[in-house]
Amino acid sequence: MALLHQRAKLYQVIRAFFLKKHVLEVETPVLSNSASCDVNLDSFATSLRKDGPSLYLQTSPEFAMKRLLAAGSPCIYQIAKSFRQAERGRFHNPEFTLLEWYRLNFSMAELMDEVAELLSLCFSSELVIKTMSYHDLFFSITGINPHATTIEELMDYASAQGNPEAATICGESIANGLDYVFSQYIQPMLLKEQVYFVSHYPVCMAMLAKLTDDSPQTAKRFEVYFNNVELANGYEELTDADLQEMRFQQDLKERELAAQAKVPIDQNLIAALRAGMPACSGVALGLDRLLMLMSQAASIDEVLSFPVERA
Amino acid sequence: MATYSTNDFKGGLKIMMDNDPCSIIENEFVRPGKGPAFSRVKYRNLKTGRVIDRTFKSGETVDAADVMETDMSYLYNDGEFWHFMDEETYEQVSADSIAVGEAGKWLKEQDKCVVTLWNGAPLSVAAPNFVELQVTDTDPGLKGDTSGGGGKPATLETGAVVRVPLFVQIDEVIKVDTRTGEYSARVKN
Repeated sequence: MALLHQRAKLYQVIRAFFLKKHVLEVETPVLSNSASCDVNLDSFATSLRKDGPSLYLQTSPEFAMKRLLAAGSPCIYQIAKSFRQAERGRFHNPEFTLLEWYRLNFSMAELMDEVAELLSLCFSSELVIKTMSYHDLFFSITGINPHATTIEELMDYASAQGNPEAATICGESIANGLDYVFSQYIQPMLLKEQVYFVSHYPVCMAMLAKLTDDSPQTAKRFEVYFNNVELANGYEELTDADLQEMRFQQDLKERELAAQAKVPIDQNLIAALRAGMPACSGVALGLDRLLMLMSQAASIDEVLSFPVERA
Repeated sequence: MATYSTNDFKGGLKIMMDNDPCSIIENEFVRPGKGPAFSRVKYRNLKTGRVIDRTFKSGETVDAADVMETDMSYLYNDGEFWHFMDEETYEQVSADSIAVGEAGKWLKEQDKCVVTLWNGAPLSVAAPNFVELQVTDTDPGLKGDTSGGGGKPATLETGAVVRVPLFVQIDEVIKVDTRTGEYSARVKN
């Protein structure tokens, strides 16, 4: 019961925070005609009618919110139920709540500052913030340059750490290898009671982020880790329709190779980008995990009214 | 043969790894960043006792191990094998000293214990958490010392040696915690 109150209070804090900053609360459809193409994300699928066209539960409200931005909306935020198939564990429930927001003309750095501001408000204390580039963090622990590595180098590292089976999990994908090494050997090394803002990801992990112009080129993507928990993921958003479509096509190819379900690209999003989406940065923050951290819960089940097995 | 997927993994599940029966201690689902989902699993090799950390691709399957924990009573030791009997079926099994391991030094005939069977053969034996055994040899100790401060070695009827308080005398029965191998209390007759 205490956690029901804590969640309600957290939502009030979030809504007051964005009201003061003139960020508009919006609501977008949870059911969509298209799905995320991400090779490691599986959408729940249903259909409009029996034998009707497929519909998908959103894995995040990102696409719909970007369409609002392209249609001329101001800065927006949403507290959105999101769904990811087969994700269940101490930090995962297949149905979960994201806080996602978009800030027009914000750089990645400005949005990172705003995330830190909101987190301090949620924990009602000045948090120790540590900002590091993905490269510096990765290299300091593994001695590997993540911008110029190979899947072989990453898997050799995993083998040397006692996980020769990593190759069966990661396949040929460097991005998978980087994520595996990061979560196995770097994330557990992060200091407790510190909020880490990790930014400038390798280009192969750009997802929906813009790239920098410097060398080596990096993606303007950041992630937030607090007490070893991955809490948020943000981008300075890619606004180039052609580039985004190419990345989606690439994702679909990887899905095919990995024998994942075929899903339709969100052509509405591509059309919106083509019509013109203003420069912006956006971030998605897991509210269930935030509540876990605020209440020192050991499992996500403690902060949910009913976890999936009892839903 | 039955198989389990990583989705079934939970503490206590018995699986075959590298041809040895193993028991899962814990399983954590991991989905890093935008990366591939996997399971971070800790398990114990039931033959060697070694604890191993390994990751499994989400949905990967492994063979189930036919491992059963059975309540049995200890019958006798013939010098080479230790004999146990299932009190419900009266079925008897014999275990070598490797399977009996540490439990051997605490077992007295008729003691109840848990025998772990793999494909019907004893894999390991767990003595009861507490056993009551008679002291067969120990120094007489100082008269009047009842505090238990310090201590001395005492040999028990099974041959095991434990540290006991100074006031414990030969022929007395003591209670021992077999998990730590430590003296726990004196048993009054």
